[in-house]
Amino acid sequence: MSEIEPVTSIVTPTRLEYEFTAAGAHAEFLTRVAQGVLVGKRCPGCRKVYVPARGNCPRCGIATAESVEVADRGTITTFCIVRVPSGNIDLKLPYCAANILLDGSDMPVAALLQECEAEDVRIGMRVEAVWKPKKEWGPTFENIRYFRPTAEPDVAVEALGDWA
Amino acid sequence: MREVAVVSFAQTPYVRRENTRSEVEMVMSVTAEAVERSGVPKRDIGFTCSGSSDYIAGQAFAFVGAVDALGAWPPIVESHVEMDGAWALYEAWIKIQCGAADSALVFAFGRSSMGTISETLAMQLDPYTLHPLGIDTVSLAALQARALLEGTHHTEREMAEVAVRSRRDAKSNPFAQLKGDFEVEKLLAEPHFISPLRKHDCPPISDGACAIVLAADDTARRVCERPAWIRGIDHRIDLHQPGARDLTVSPSTKRAAENAGAHAAALDLAELHAPFTHQELILRDAIGLADDVRINPSGGPLAANPVMVAGLARIGEAAQRISRGEAGRALAHATQGHCLQQNLVCILEGA
Repeated sequence: MSEIEPVTSIVTPTRLEYEFTAAGAHAEFLTRVAQGVLVGKRCPGCRKVYVPARGNCPRCGIATAESVEVADRGTITTFCIVRVPSGNIDLKLPYCAANILLDGSDMPVAALLQECEAEDVRIGMRVEAVWKPKKEWGPTFENIRYFRPTAEPDVAVEALGDWA
Repeated sequence: MREVAVVSFAQTPYVRRENTRSEVEMVMSVTAEAVERSGVPKRDIGFTCSGSSDYIAGQAFAFVGAVDALGAWPPIVESHVEMDGAWALYEAWIKIQCGAADSALVFAFGRSSMGTISETLAMQLDPYTLHPLGIDTVSLAALQARALLEGTHHTEREMAEVAVRSRRDAKSNPFAQLKGDFEVEKLLAEPHFISPLRKHDCPPISDGACAIVLAADDTARRVCERPAWIRGIDHRIDLHQPGARDLTVSPSTKRAAENAGAHAAALDLAELHAPFTHQELILRDAIGLADDVRINPSGGPLAANPVMVAGLARIGEAAQRISRGEAGRALAHATQGHCLQQNLVCILEGA
């Protein structure tokens, strides 16, 4: 046995394929974002608007009903500065990932912030979406390339309620 | 021991592909319905436990996402098993026995249609020597069926009879997916699918969800006219490697049935979670079911097999028949893993 090389690792490739069906609210969001519109759903109980649209309210445990168009601009509720490279992200370091509360919604979305120096980012900063060219739009949130600061004054942190 | 009963049961219709509702939306409908029917106020439910597999959703932490269905605010006491919901019910039963809760909500969900379920379930196999061979769930079941047919007195005709009875009984179950009148002779004339299994020996692919509310002692008596009391519950496991065990018998089912007290009195019905026809034959032998025990009046998993849900649904179906006064003593069984590897037996009584 001594002359046999020990087996230190084996490779067993595995692949599972899925065909995901977006149900009601999710499908509505994807359909409308392909047209350049961000759609949320309002909870009939607590009145909160969730973006991307979802079929139920996680707090109340009831179905959402009313569809609500929300703005493609909003306010940064929190952010981080990324200074380490990652295999699947091709961005100049450092860059900023931010949670953005879109105007007219009650749940922030995670997004990339660009056209802004890392040291200038702050909670309460107003930002707007920069969309891809219309001909490249599809049923995906990636139609928005990134968000960038607007010239509007900051929102006071206290005004962000639950989110700051 | 505390007396614990099933006081309500709700399920979605089981379908080949659920396109209009997400898992969260399916869970929301069955949990809301089960809680409402139970008569236990939602805020009084002391524990919630679910059974599902993220491999079926193809999404990490899909089970956490399902909690969104519950309106879990203020925060609730909650747990999850990466198993059929019957094991979630077992955890809830333990929690109630420990005195940590007087009632519990148990649910299970899955959309098997989104992936290739026979390949997804193969991910449970030993990843070094067995899974790389490419064997899937149906092929493994076929190996088991062949061993049964060659090594025992059981026949392909008996297997076809199980399919015919299941599909016939499913006609009166509005939630079942595969139902109708079939003839044994015609089924036996069909070609083999994966020999010796024919299509009718295999379960349909099903999407769906179900939920049960458990309550203890006086709570159960107060909210439910005829609670289905859990008089025994036990689960046991056989070896993981299918080649390492005799596939024609199910020692874990036998042991679980004995420990659950299956033989203490006569049974009126048994809901058996046997996704393949020949597995029902193995289970009947393992439990030692008398000939007059009615098996799977709901149609069973051959009429609808929502993976991760079908075992809990067996308990729900059996309990429902007790609560309606159609049965006095019932056995419900759930299985998990390949070729009946792990088995749970639950004995329910109306009085």
